[in-house]
Amino acid sequence: MSKPFVFEKPIGMRDTLPPLYETRRNLRERMMNEIRLWGYELIQTPTLEYYDTVGEKSAILDRQLFKLLDMDGQTLVLRPDMTAPIARVISSTMKQIPYPIRLAYHSSVFRAQQREGGRPAEFEQVGVELIGDGTTSADAEVIALMISALKEAGLTDFKIAIGHIGVIDELFKASLRQEDERKELRRYLYEKNYVGYLQLIRKLSLRADDSNRLKELLHLRGNREVLQKAEQIVSTEKGQKALKELGHLLDVLDVHGVKDYITFDFTLISHMHYYTGIVFEGYTSGFGFPIASGGRYDQLLKEFGRSGDAIGFGVHLDDLTEALNVIQDDQVEVCIIYSKEKRNQAIKMAEEKRKEGKKTVLQEFSSIGNVERFASRFQHVIYVVGEKGGGDTHG
Amino acid sequence: MADWLTVAMPKGRIFHEAVELLRKADYPLPPEFEDSRKLIIEIEEAKMRFILAKPMDVPTYVEHGVADIGIAGKDVMLEEERVVYEVLDLNISECHLAVAGLAGAERKSFAPKIATKYPNVAAKYFREQGEQVEIIHLNGSIELAPMIGLADRIVDIVSTGRTLKENGLVELENIMTITSRLIVNPASYRMKAEMIDELVERLKNVVAWKGEATGEDFSLNR
Repeated sequence: MSKPFVFEKPIGMRDTLPPLYETRRNLRERMMNEIRLWGYELIQTPTLEYYDTVGEKSAILDRQLFKLLDMDGQTLVLRPDMTAPIARVISSTMKQIPYPIRLAYHSSVFRAQQREGGRPAEFEQVGVELIGDGTTSADAEVIALMISALKEAGLTDFKIAIGHIGVIDELFKASLRQEDERKELRRYLYEKNYVGYLQLIRKLSLRADDSNRLKELLHLRGNREVLQKAEQIVSTEKGQKALKELGHLLDVLDVHGVKDYITFDFTLISHMHYYTGIVFEGYTSGFGFPIASGGRYDQLLKEFGRSGDAIGFGVHLDDLTEALNVIQDDQVEVCIIYSKEKRNQAIKMAEEKRKEGKKTVLQEFSSIGNVERFASRFQHVIYVVGEKGGGDTHG
Repeated sequence: MADWLTVAMPKGRIFHEAVELLRKADYPLPPEFEDSRKLIIEIEEAKMRFILAKPMDVPTYVEHGVADIGIAGKDVMLEEERVVYEVLDLNISECHLAVAGLAGAERKSFAPKIATKYPNVAAKYFREQGEQVEIIHLNGSIELAPMIGLADRIVDIVSTGRTLKENGLVELENIMTITSRLIVNPASYRMKAEMIDELVERLKNVVAWKGEATGEDFSLNR
């Protein structure tokens, strides 16, 4: 006979116990406060969406979607991100609201982990979408807000890597004639496989200057000077324009006071064909996964029937909590332990303490097994017991 | 340890060549490095910490960021499909992935069985060939499988071909050339960019290039 599944959970599903819950709540509130101060309004969307609408349009790989069927046999998905549901809302229930629109959220998203544990399959994202604004100012606002929110959460040692899909596209268009060559090369970047990227360039037997430019792309990582280097490599008009915009972006980020967190990385491709302009990822030292990411997606809204340029970010709250590595142990402040005959007095006392804003537990003595162990969970214990009346206080 | 680099090294076949290469690149690895039974070795003057892992596990340590960089065979990279940067072909421990079977054995046309340490790679290879096979996952001594009747053919790495020969097996198809790669965790790649770029440059200068193209790299997602 096999053991019952009582203690088991599906791969990647986690329980959040009180200390972790408190820690996460605290981080979420600090970030949400900052986001609200920038004028973003909170929105909530359903946990289940149709596969055909939100599932297919989202940036998340199909095999990472949790799918189920409703009673009519329609495929549903547990929302894998918040961007696609928000795009759906913008084009339907919020259709009448003029652009630009600033929305924010904190929600669980679901991504199946098929191989093994170690990464959550359900996790909370804190993020924003700025919809109907395609300017560099909007790019800068979203990045600056993300940095502000991370700082508010207490993160200090972190970097935001910014790339630009347009720059890569322009370089590829200028150097490669065939669309499938461009796609293949782009896939190597997406898979982070520089070795494969270089091997393909050699195999294609391109003109020396084309092949050199493509190779040079891998070195376009760093600060402002990278933009100048990029300008020599990406010669098309559109490419030059994108690079100019990135220069402006850095200027605006400087005004926002967050320039030092920025590093450019033109090899960054977060998705094969979802983002249309800048893309970015946030990293912190001592943690192996990106804690935040985002980018410009000017084509997504159109798929839902209301075109609009848009940009957003999402912070992976569970990862951020793990990266910060400070668990807040919020002990309940007061515990009143009473014997039955003193109950009335104890209840009155608890009322007083709660009015003072103190978290107060009221506990009848007879239900406690080991008093010492029980009492150790509270900052302050008051005993209301015995014949003589009055409270005997222990710190 | 914010200014240290943690390097995941594969124990076994690749290890010695990898250590040689690091020494050539002027990283001061002590002579007892190879003989130690320790799993973690720290080298103060280079600010490097080496962890000695099973080759198949190297990309896992790097993906999770407990190691900043690692050295892993392309065979392992293809099988594991971890999210790490593959920045440099170290061109060491060259071998190839091959399909092999008993010499003179007839091809089974019904539900042929393939034994391998690389179930993902093997499944994708045969899918691309348009051949339906059943994959059996083994952890080692793969040559045993056809000899004893567990499988018709095997997919394994072949370096000299001696093991195959001594057991009466022949290579049937060459899937691809395998060399070792330098891999990097995406967060470390940004947070420790300078240290890692320096390491890549130093290694690049000592990597033995046998001329140009080492063959096409093979992406399993295409």
